[in-house]
Amino acid sequence: MTEVDIKASKDWQMHQAVPLLDEIMTISPELNLQAVTAIENIVDDIPSFWLDKKQLIKLMHVLRHELYKPFDFCFDITAIDESEKQHKSPLAKVFTVSYHLRSYQRNQDIRIKVALSTSKSSSDNLNASSLDSVCSFWPNANWYEREVWDMFGIVFDNHPYLTRILMPNTWQGHPLLKTHPARATEMDPFTLPPYQQDIEQKALQFNPEAWGMKRQSKDSDFMFLNLGPNHPSVHGAFRIVLQMEGEEIVDCVPDIGYHHRGAEKMGERQSWHSYIPYTDRIDYLGGVMNNFPYVMAVEKLAGIQVPDRAKVIRIMTSEMFRILSHLLFYGTFAQDIGALSPIFYMFIDREKLFGIIEAFTGARMHPSWFRIGGVAQDLPKGWDTLVRDYVNYLPKRLDEYEKMVMQNAILKQRTVGIGAYSSQEAIEWGVTGPGLRATGYSWDMRKQRPYSGYDQFDFEVPLGHNGDCYDRCRVRVEEMRQSIRIIEQCLNNMPEGPYKAEHPQTTPPMKDRTMKDIDTLIPHFLNVSWGPVIPAGEVSVSVEATKGIMAYHLISDGSTMSYRTRIRTPSFAHLQMLPLISKGQMVADLIATLGSVDYVMADVDR
Amino acid sequence: MMPEMLWKLLEITIIIALLIPMAAMLVWVERRVIGIWQDRHGPNRVGPFGILQSLADLLKILGKEDWIPPFSDRLVFILAPIIGAICVLMSFAVVPFSPDIGVSDLNIGLLFFLAMASLAVYSVVLAGWASNSKYALLGGMRAAAQTVSYEVFMGLSVMGVVLLTGTFNLREIVLAQSEGWLIQSQFVGFFIFLVAGIAESHRLPFDLPEAETELTAGFHTEYSGLKFALFFLGEYLGVTLISAMSVVLFFGGWLMPEPLSAWLPPLVWFIIKIMCFVMFFILLRTSLPRPRFDQLLKFGWMVMLPLALLNLIVTALLRLTGVL
Repeated sequence: MTEVDIKASKDWQMHQAVPLLDEIMTISPELNLQAVTAIENIVDDIPSFWLDKKQLIKLMHVLRHELYKPFDFCFDITAIDESEKQHKSPLAKVFTVSYHLRSYQRNQDIRIKVALSTSKSSSDNLNASSLDSVCSFWPNANWYEREVWDMFGIVFDNHPYLTRILMPNTWQGHPLLKTHPARATEMDPFTLPPYQQDIEQKALQFNPEAWGMKRQSKDSDFMFLNLGPNHPSVHGAFRIVLQMEGEEIVDCVPDIGYHHRGAEKMGERQSWHSYIPYTDRIDYLGGVMNNFPYVMAVEKLAGIQVPDRAKVIRIMTSEMFRILSHLLFYGTFAQDIGALSPIFYMFIDREKLFGIIEAFTGARMHPSWFRIGGVAQDLPKGWDTLVRDYVNYLPKRLDEYEKMVMQNAILKQRTVGIGAYSSQEAIEWGVTGPGLRATGYSWDMRKQRPYSGYDQFDFEVPLGHNGDCYDRCRVRVEEMRQSIRIIEQCLNNMPEGPYKAEHPQTTPPMKDRTMKDIDTLIPHFLNVSWGPVIPAGEVSVSVEATKGIMAYHLISDGSTMSYRTRIRTPSFAHLQMLPLISKGQMVADLIATLGSVDYVMADVDR
Repeated sequence: MMPEMLWKLLEITIIIALLIPMAAMLVWVERRVIGIWQDRHGPNRVGPFGILQSLADLLKILGKEDWIPPFSDRLVFILAPIIGAICVLMSFAVVPFSPDIGVSDLNIGLLFFLAMASLAVYSVVLAGWASNSKYALLGGMRAAAQTVSYEVFMGLSVMGVVLLTGTFNLREIVLAQSEGWLIQSQFVGFFIFLVAGIAESHRLPFDLPEAETELTAGFHTEYSGLKFALFFLGEYLGVTLISAMSVVLFFGGWLMPEPLSAWLPPLVWFIIKIMCFVMFFILLRTSLPRPRFDQLLKFGWMVMLPLALLNLIVTALLRLTGVL
């Protein structure tokens, strides 16, 4: 039995043998990288620099191609509307575009900020000035840049096809601008007269020419098949337009945004505490796993130390949700291949586990149970019996599924060698999580950058070899077994102590002394009624979520609400890769591929 | 002459009147049994054990609007489901249910069955075509390719039976098995026939024309109400037919070995045997995933066809040398 000494655990810190700036400067001394200012208070020790937009391409070339151990992974591109910010860097203008890049070989991140001012365009609208696209360095920058254009109206020059991605094509304005209304009550009542409906429907019609597709080949017409947004196998509201020759897919265009709820915008008007339930619904199969990066980010901003018991409880419940999510994946994957039964057996297993989650949290799929500084309640009496029973129960079931699903000859025929990509492609396209590990590339946040005490746990990182549908499933199946191992270690080593930090900004703050002295009564009253005031600053925290790396990039302006909440989700990147892997497939292969990617549309669209 | 005609008509009516409710019941049986196999309840609300579920479904379907998509080819769209159901029902004309029940003792009964099975594909192809919808078209195309490939060796697989019994008459084939069922020597033929039969009736794992995870509902995507019910009926009648034919050709029809045969009337034995096959069909559906279209065709032409030919040659050789 492994001993887990959670007290000895240390969160991962980025190491820098030679400061990154020096390395860049030796290669290209003319680059004018300016360090971030103290007022920005970046608390996540990612080296961050300001750069003039004219030098952007130069720098990106250095980072991507010239540097020893280059930044091969474009983690996120987002923007901030700085127009209402109080604690603003002197280098910032109206907009800031923020590039978050990662080098797997260095295990290091870098953040580049580019300040943009506005320019008067022909109308009286203030338009952001443009900057160069970085799609040529990282193919997955394509969708991120489209999203930034969609949300902020920032134009990227030389972008392959800069068009709306989350909002409908007919949308007016850019939602994440501070001037854009956040509530329906700030806008006129919604109406959809017939003529408007016609316009909306026309806007949804697929236009192959706009995507550079031909309607005919040399000897036949292509068929354009609209798969989704409502189709049994697209797992949610996702549309993918297929250009087909017979049953073979020539090319395809994924179309997302049907599940967009504006979660990032909502973050700007919810208190730090009341936003937690919204995070649950990002990857709606991930439950508390979604709370994890968010609360950790807020804790980092506020400087809250989470007690050991809370850390272990968080790990245990997160791993439970990893199992829940993977079980659903397992079942639906088999179902997409045509095996009807496994999903029902797996739902029974999920049901049992949801029973435990319910006993812990009172809710099932969306417990919203993590709190700033800890978790909502202590574990209930007898929790260990429940968990132990389950830990003993699941492996046997997984053995059965092994025979039923993984060893089935037809299933193997359908999935081995189908939808494969290499590690290189996976990294270039921003694939993380099981999808990356299925290619044989061992990179798991929990191992490479341990957080919340994962470094003390004994588990393995399952790997695939071929990066095909079968391996993606195999990796997830093995991950469930590893999660059970972790849960078992939590069970045997649960530390005693408080389940929430003693800190005035934890929400709701600990109450034991509120009735005894005024100095705790007042903060308690304020923190409960207004919500905690989190110091101004910026932080990005990621976790190894069920589907890949999920990150919350929070910018606080020192108020009760976040100034900018950016959610980097794994599924977004995974879907963008579809055209690459589905070319030349049959329709049935595409269905298997979609199933094996394991995305959740709420996670893609936010 | 007249009374004989009337008697035949009555017999036909009775058989149809029993077959159609049986197919409807089969829907309930399948849902219930699959439910139990999948650790669920299945339909258990209407009547005792949910036995009246099909009746409720039928009532619902009758109450539905008979909608024909404006973009479809109207006449063909209506004809397609009817062709399907009629072809299957016609096939039952040659099935000998018991020593004295059976509509026709056609001396080419087996060929008639094969012909009807081939005609049934028109139903699916026309439905896919007339719907004028992309998913339906893909389903129809798949059905055409699948049926053409699979009926080649379906015909070949039963030739062994014909070789051994020397007749195409199904009743005589049954009677020829009184010494021993043909499954003893024709197990390869039986296996091939069964695979082809599943493919002909579009059941998982050969349900590619309607593969719901890929083509939403395939050839019947645009169908609803009664016309959809006809497809459904055709499918379940098809399952019963393939089971009945397997029993007739390889498992001795209504015949049973000595002590058992006296226990129950021949018709009951026949039905029991059919039900065993139907259950097998249902079990297949719950346990197997679906191969890809090209894999299915490849399997048909590369594995099943040579196997069927080999079976025929070996049977012929054994027959010539007097072993069989």
